[in-house]
Amino acid sequence: MKNALEIKGLKVSIQGTEILHGLNLTVPQGEVHAIMGKNGSGKSTLAKVMAGHPDYEVTGGDVLLDGKTILGLEPDVRARAGLFLAFQYPSEIPGVTIANFMRAALNARRPEGQEIDAVEYYQELYKKMDLLKIDRSFTSRAVNDGFSGGEKKRNEILQMAMLEPKYAVLDETDSGLDIDALKVVSHGVNSLRGPKLGILVITHYQRLLDYIVPDVVHVMVAGQIVKSGPKELALEMEKKGYDWVENLAAV
Amino acid sequence: MSEATTIEKPDLKIDQDEGNFSYPEDYAFNAGTGLTEQTIDYICDTKEDPDWVREFRKKALKIFREKPLPTHWASKDLESIHFDDFRYYLSKGAKPKRTWDEVPDDVKRTFERLGIPEKERAFLAGVEAQFDSEAAYSNIKKAVADQGVIFVGSREGLKDHPEIFKKWFGKVIPTADNKFSALNSAVFSGGSFIYVPKGVKVKHPLQAYFRINAENFGQFERTLIIVDEGAELTYMEGCTAPKFDSVTLHSAVVELVAMKGAKLQYITVQNWSPNVFNLVTKRGLAHEESEIKWIDCNIGSRLTMKYPGVILKGRKARGEVLSIALANNGQHQDTGAKMIHAADETTSNIISKSISIGSGRATYRGLVHIPRHLKGCKNNTECDALLINTESRTDTYPAIVTRGEGNSVQHEASVSKVSAEQIFYMQQRGLSEGQAMSLSVNGFVNELVRQFPMEYSVELKRLIDLEMEGSVG
Repeated sequence: MKNALEIKGLKVSIQGTEILHGLNLTVPQGEVHAIMGKNGSGKSTLAKVMAGHPDYEVTGGDVLLDGKTILGLEPDVRARAGLFLAFQYPSEIPGVTIANFMRAALNARRPEGQEIDAVEYYQELYKKMDLLKIDRSFTSRAVNDGFSGGEKKRNEILQMAMLEPKYAVLDETDSGLDIDALKVVSHGVNSLRGPKLGILVITHYQRLLDYIVPDVVHVMVAGQIVKSGPKELALEMEKKGYDWVENLAAV
Repeated sequence: MSEATTIEKPDLKIDQDEGNFSYPEDYAFNAGTGLTEQTIDYICDTKEDPDWVREFRKKALKIFREKPLPTHWASKDLESIHFDDFRYYLSKGAKPKRTWDEVPDDVKRTFERLGIPEKERAFLAGVEAQFDSEAAYSNIKKAVADQGVIFVGSREGLKDHPEIFKKWFGKVIPTADNKFSALNSAVFSGGSFIYVPKGVKVKHPLQAYFRINAENFGQFERTLIIVDEGAELTYMEGCTAPKFDSVTLHSAVVELVAMKGAKLQYITVQNWSPNVFNLVTKRGLAHEESEIKWIDCNIGSRLTMKYPGVILKGRKARGEVLSIALANNGQHQDTGAKMIHAADETTSNIISKSISIGSGRATYRGLVHIPRHLKGCKNNTECDALLINTESRTDTYPAIVTRGEGNSVQHEASVSKVSAEQIFYMQQRGLSEGQAMSLSVNGFVNELVRQFPMEYSVELKRLIDLEMEGSVG
């Protein structure tokens, strides 16, 4: 399917243990989908597998970006094809400033010898930082080095804003955030919503979905999507708890 | 760089390993294979050495033969050096040319490929380009020479300026300092002799480039730099060699003298091929209120053993070693620094950053000596190691001997790793594995490199990028 991120019958194992058991999901460009699930349901595995983490083994199914499989591609090739993952636990890169890191990432998307112009780059960077209410001094700090939880998550969204992916997977972007930080991050994500971006929000709690309102909600239990529905499903989940759907997984 | 990389990406071969090319041998002077008294005589005759140099060399040969290899603490790999298999003197002629047009074509092409004439025009006060045993080219800008600055090879130095040369030659590093300083003293050829007169501040760096072209060869340049009272100088050296299956030996001796209030900065960027044994002795003598700073970057080679040092002889003298070592697969960088405090209120600073990749191994060996009777001495030592993948190893041997009160010593060491998660994170942003590693390494050395002159930090970053690109896959 053109203009969609598709997961078809995906089976994934880590060290011989199967975690995803034939998962199906389609996120069209322009839509926001949410996956809700308890800890250990395989949500983060799904995010990492899509991005090409080397620890996981795909034993069946496929992941397609605009109709083309991305399985077997290096993580950086997938990224340059338009897939972005906002990490639950972003890595620290000591000594590398955010400004240099983002510039290197943008240049990696351009042909050699056509590196981004410095003035143009900083204009764009400052614009996106204003949007996310990030102080200018942020750019000269080393990536995630000594950042608070909120700063790390804002940095993830800043990178998403700069790299302009076709599909973004936000892995537990709400974890570790207080309500103010959550609002800022959500505002940032919402401002990036549009017909050219498909977003998959992965979360444990319904709270985030009050701020980033999804078009479709999927419930994940034990490595499978057991229920999908409109945004109201998130509220229903909050009220009834995961026990309510767990029976569905067994069927 | 792995063989596999070279085979898979033949079109990138020159970029990834830019020093890896050589021209057919065509030497007018060749001392033959092996090291005997006759070898020394051949070198002396060819170079038309004065008698005192011939005697100096022969005495050194005796010391070299008597001294054992430092195997009790050093790498066993030293034992794989077979001194009888090397050629100790190869040249096309002993006298360097003053213009590039006079330099033989293949030699000129070599240095053009390495960008030397271009750099000379851009920002250097003078250049000496050594090809195997002798300098093929040596020139100093007129404005600098007019200030009385002497910049020639060791051969011209000892002949034309014996009054300065003899006073300091072999005084900072005695022949018997170690087996390799003795070897160098026996067969030395090339290297720089520099004298900066009182009060002269040389604005732009002088540069020497040491190029090995031949197989089964040993390069033994001898450098002596004297910066007189209140004078200032920055000297840079670069080194490369082609990659051969056989072992190549590079064993230099570098002696620095900073007179009262002088400032001397010595910068090395070496990018040896992985078959080179690089066993170099470097030491400076710092008089009152003078400053000697070694900036030492070691990339490549099979084994490097190098511990630049400063003898802080005069009150308030200052010594500094800033070093970066990158040990790629199969390489061992055994580097460090020596600070010998010999006067009150002397200060020293050592910052060492090492990177080990794959089976590469980095060792830091330091010596800081502050005797009991001294007052107000300070040393700061920082050693940071970065490991890339689990095979890498790093060792730190910081010997700090401080006696007496009123002296202060500070030592910090850290070991960090580039984790798979960190690389994955960067790859997810679109950087290739090589780019990601390169960025991590540059981040690791960034703070230190900021203290280097600009041209040099750019060059270093470029070399790190090439080295990291080549280490993937």
